Amino acid sequence: MTLARRKFDTLVIGAGGGGLRAALQLAQADAKVAVVSKVFPTRSHTVAAQGGINAALANVLPDNWHWHMYDTIKGSDYLGDQDAIEYMCRAASNLVVELEHAGVPFSRLENGNIYQRPFGGQSQDFGGKQAARTCAAADRTGHAILHTLYQQNIRAKTHFFDEYFAIDLIKDEEGVILGALVMSIETGEPLLIEAKTTLLATGGAGQLFRTNTNAHINTGDGLAMALRAGIPLQDMEFFQFHPTGIAGKGMLISEAARGEGGYLTNKNGERFMERYAPNAKDLASRDVVSRAIFIEVQEGRGCGPSGDYVNLNINHLGEEVLNKRLPAICDSIRTFLRVDPAKDPVPIYPTAHYTMGGIPTNRQGQVVVPIEHGEEPIPGLYAVGECACVSVHGANRLGGNSLLDIVVFGRAAGNDIIGYLREHRYHRPINESDVEQAMAHLTRWDRKGDGISVAGLRGELQAIMEKYCGVFRTEEILQQGLEKVLEIEQRLDDVVLYDHSKIFNTARIEAFELENLVDIALATVKSALSRQESRGAHSRVDYPERDDKHWLKHSLFYKQDRRMAYKPVRLKPLTVDTFPPKERVY
Amino acid sequence: MNNEEQVTVAQQHQRLMWQCRRGMLELDILLQGFVERCYHDLSATEKLTFDRLLTYSDQDLLEYFFQQAQADDKDIANLVISIRNAITP
Ligand SMILES: Cc1cc2nc3c(=O)[nH]c(=O)nc-3n(C[C@H](O)[C@H](O)[C@H](O)COP(=O)(O)OP(=O)(O)OC[C@H]3O[C@@H](n4cnc5c(N)ncnc54)[C@H](O)[C@@H]3O)c2cc1C
Repeated sequence: MTLARRKFDTLVIGAGGGGLRAALQLAQADAKVAVVSKVFPTRSHTVAAQGGINAALANVLPDNWHWHMYDTIKGSDYLGDQDAIEYMCRAASNLVVELEHAGVPFSRLENGNIYQRPFGGQSQDFGGKQAARTCAAADRTGHAILHTLYQQNIRAKTHFFDEYFAIDLIKDEEGVILGALVMSIETGEPLLIEAKTTLLATGGAGQLFRTNTNAHINTGDGLAMALRAGIPLQDMEFFQFHPTGIAGKGMLISEAARGEGGYLTNKNGERFMERYAPNAKDLASRDVVSRAIFIEVQEGRGCGPSGDYVNLNINHLGEEVLNKRLPAICDSIRTFLRVDPAKDPVPIYPTAHYTMGGIPTNRQGQVVVPIEHGEEPIPGLYAVGECACVSVHGANRLGGNSLLDIVVFGRAAGNDIIGYLREHRYHRPINESDVEQAMAHLTRWDRKGDGISVAGLRGELQAIMEKYCGVFRTEEILQQGLEKVLEIEQRLDDVVLYDHSKIFNTARIEAFELENLVDIALATVKSALSRQESRGAHSRVDYPERDDKHWLKHSLFYKQDRRMAYKPVRLKPLTVDTFPPKERVY
Repeated sequence: MNNEEQVTVAQQHQRLMWQCRRGMLELDILLQGFVERCYHDLSATEKLTFDRLLTYSDQDLLEYFFQQAQADDKDIANLVISIRNAITP
């Protein structure tokens, strides 16, 4: 078969805020850029970010980038790299103003300045009073950023491959990345996109867990592509969970519901949080509440016919208060559960939200791997956004920092690529053998016969990850989880497709996504089993304390021999003093 | 229905399912669920309206579904109500 080929200076895989910000920087510098996206660009998950984007503009309350830096480091439970965090927080104000000039309609104060709202984890003066740092365009910040960047890219003549699915990176014998094998979802035809530089911006992997807040497209494809290209994944044990997702569906019910006086009960009607957190009760921290819910369900005190959730009670607040203070939450509950929250309890369960770990990069967005002393970039490969691990979020991300992450590092990667292209003017030749592995991956799904279904195995994997690698982690549970995921990996061989047509064969796409999820699940459970401490979002019941002596380091998981390696946290900022690790109390 | 036509119906269904993959979980659940369970019962005109609905931005759709805004187009507004009502808890 002759494989169709196209050539570009840069291939960007992913059209969320991260990919589009990088593409824009490049297209404006007259580079020839291709953006590949499995869904139409403005349907990328960035559109879901309604809360806003952080920058210390000090429009509402006193603020400066140094305080923002402190909060981000503390929030990361000291696992964030302090040089990258300084870079991000310093760049924030300029980037927000730039977005405004590009057309993002930020909400305004009476004096005409950008409106800013307070979010959790934001402080003035290094841990003092609450700060107000989150800039918002009403409830549509992500949407506004994504649409603005898309329009600007169209104007700058970025070439879009809409509804194309990226399958694998192409790497030559010297380890240089030469582009990717992609497939048109509409026609099923493969296409080789040759590029001097390739940027992964494929977003997060919330679909790893049964209950999650992410769109169905968030299957972490770029993470798995990196793993298969021999690149390790960093800090995959850190996954942010919220205690109150709508049971069986995943959508978030914000903390406001408990803040207003909501409380949790088990099947006996007991207010069980009193047992787990006698003082804070239902307002205890996210991980404590999440774990309590897990234990109640695990020990047979869950509600409903399958006993697989607990109840959130807000009915005592009365219809008027609910409609006034929690209108959006109530509407979501009415729509998705057919439950009237003013009358009946609401079924909830912890829900997976944000992937802190990812493809290791430096602050220029270059993908880096460890060598004997230090680390070196993979030539021609970059990553930004939720699929990357710079690491600015460390063990826990602060709300409003991920939209910032994607625009700051999207631009930084764009700039670095411009320099790289200046020094690498020609495409390197691609040999048949460089493409073989990716093609074999593609044709593997042509196999016919009887076997297991994609949807069935994906459901099993998600349930296993939720139960064995979710909010309740011990050596024993994670070990069982690892064995179960390995078993799923074996059974992946038995999965066959019943539909072998070419046109819009979405079953085939779902099969690729399942393979990707299995690879990432292994990385996640293995990293979680290895880290014997509790830090940020990773909380181990058998190692309840943070252990800086042994674990102030980043984990790296390699697919080939399922090996773990570690690298130091970059504690030295660019210009200011280090924030030394301290106990994290709020 | 001959074989060729059957293929196109199946393909049409898969194309729709893919176009119901959106940037927000709420929309995935509402739209994909509707295509799976109710789409085949729609009249030809309603099917065209559904096609049109899919061209709206995610944010607009979210606001219609959660009654923060109403579509000017009456047919779209009615379809939004049907989709909302078709959700199974
Ligand atoms: C409900 C919710 C609310 C949030 N609210 C906020 C908030 O208020 N503030 C904040 O800062 N953050 C928020 N976040 C987090 C933030 O939205 C994301 O982290 C961020 O948008 C990720 O952007 P991205 O560019 O990395 O990826 P995405 O926007 O997820 O884009 C990924 C892109 O990759 C493409 N892609 C993936 N795989 C492939 C493949 N195999 N082939 C081709 N293309 C592929 C997709 O089509 C898509 O275009 C929220 C997250 C959720 C779930």
